[in-house]
Amino acid sequence: MVFWIAVVLGCQLAGELTATLTGLPVPGPVLGMVLLFGYLVFRGELPQSLDSLAGALLRHLYLYFVPAAVGVTAHFALVRSQLVSIVIAVVVSSAIALAVAGLLVQALSRNTEQKDAV
Amino acid sequence: MNDGLQEIWVYLSTTPLLGLTITLCAYVLGYRLYRKCRFNPLVNPVLIAVLLLVPLLLVSDTPYSRYFDGAQFVHFMLGPATVALAIPLYRYFHLVRRSAPAIGVALVCGSITAVLSAVGIAWLLGASRETLLSLAPKSVTTPVAMGIAEQIGGLPSLTAVLVILSGITGAVLGTGTLNLIRVRDWRARGIAMGVASHGIGTARAFNVNELAGAFSSLAMGLNALATAVLVPALIAILT
Repeated sequence: MVFWIAVVLGCQLAGELTATLTGLPVPGPVLGMVLLFGYLVFRGELPQSLDSLAGALLRHLYLYFVPAAVGVTAHFALVRSQLVSIVIAVVVSSAIALAVAGLLVQALSRNTEQKDAV
Repeated sequence: MNDGLQEIWVYLSTTPLLGLTITLCAYVLGYRLYRKCRFNPLVNPVLIAVLLLVPLLLVSDTPYSRYFDGAQFVHFMLGPATVALAIPLYRYFHLVRRSAPAIGVALVCGSITAVLSAVGIAWLLGASRETLLSLAPKSVTTPVAMGIAEQIGGLPSLTAVLVILSGITGAVLGTGTLNLIRVRDWRARGIAMGVASHGIGTARAFNVNELAGAFSSLAMGLNALATAVLVPALIAILT
């Protein structure tokens, strides 16, 4: 398990370095995810202890957003003056984006689904 | 407060232990409530934790920086957890590969829709130029969104607020919206959550279904890239 913790952190570190050096507009951890994914594809199997580590890390994803969300309230004054228009814009646009992306994937992947008769 | 208590408070308020513990406790309470309501998306644990913690910090006159001394350990976990998203993605890779064209189209269209609808609606409602530019990258993960906002002349700290707001909005409204328009495919639901509301939407997707979570992680990662390329281009066309 400790070994895989080191691997996960190592991927993040490599991702951060890559993001800084190349100036890619993607956060380091996301590049780290790509690296770890590439390693797994190369290896061709998922080690049991890495799987349980990932399970533990991902079980409470919501938790990790709490400190940032608390921090946001400190900047809430920035939103206050235009609160109504901002909230309407965020809510309506989130719903529209959800609908567009969801409907497109569902409509476009229906064909492949039928072919495989899953 | 008597002297003994005062002393303990002075000691505790300067160690990271307190900030860390109250963060975990607030989340545990939020999560328990969420579980008790059978994972109803309206009972969002992040929102509950914030509603518990903010008054606590205000009452105890604790500045955010001192709270963050402790909370940073939880915040730090965002990085390794993001890397670990590779595992569900690997598990469902065969499904990802099969619907790759659909994902690509949905990603670009969803990304453009999120930007244009947010900016368009706020513009119609008379928001300031600075707000519009800060609103444009709100559907991607915070560091990328703040970078884009800075690049196009928005206010990065306002963008940070809008990113969290969009994340929670998507996590709360996603299930209902997707049910309403009859998107039942877990892959489609996952992509929609990741495109509209980044990591917070992905957290919600994982609570519901692992396949949806895997697709949401993918959409979150790719949307960071798509939005970083598309937003500056769209803004250049619009202005």
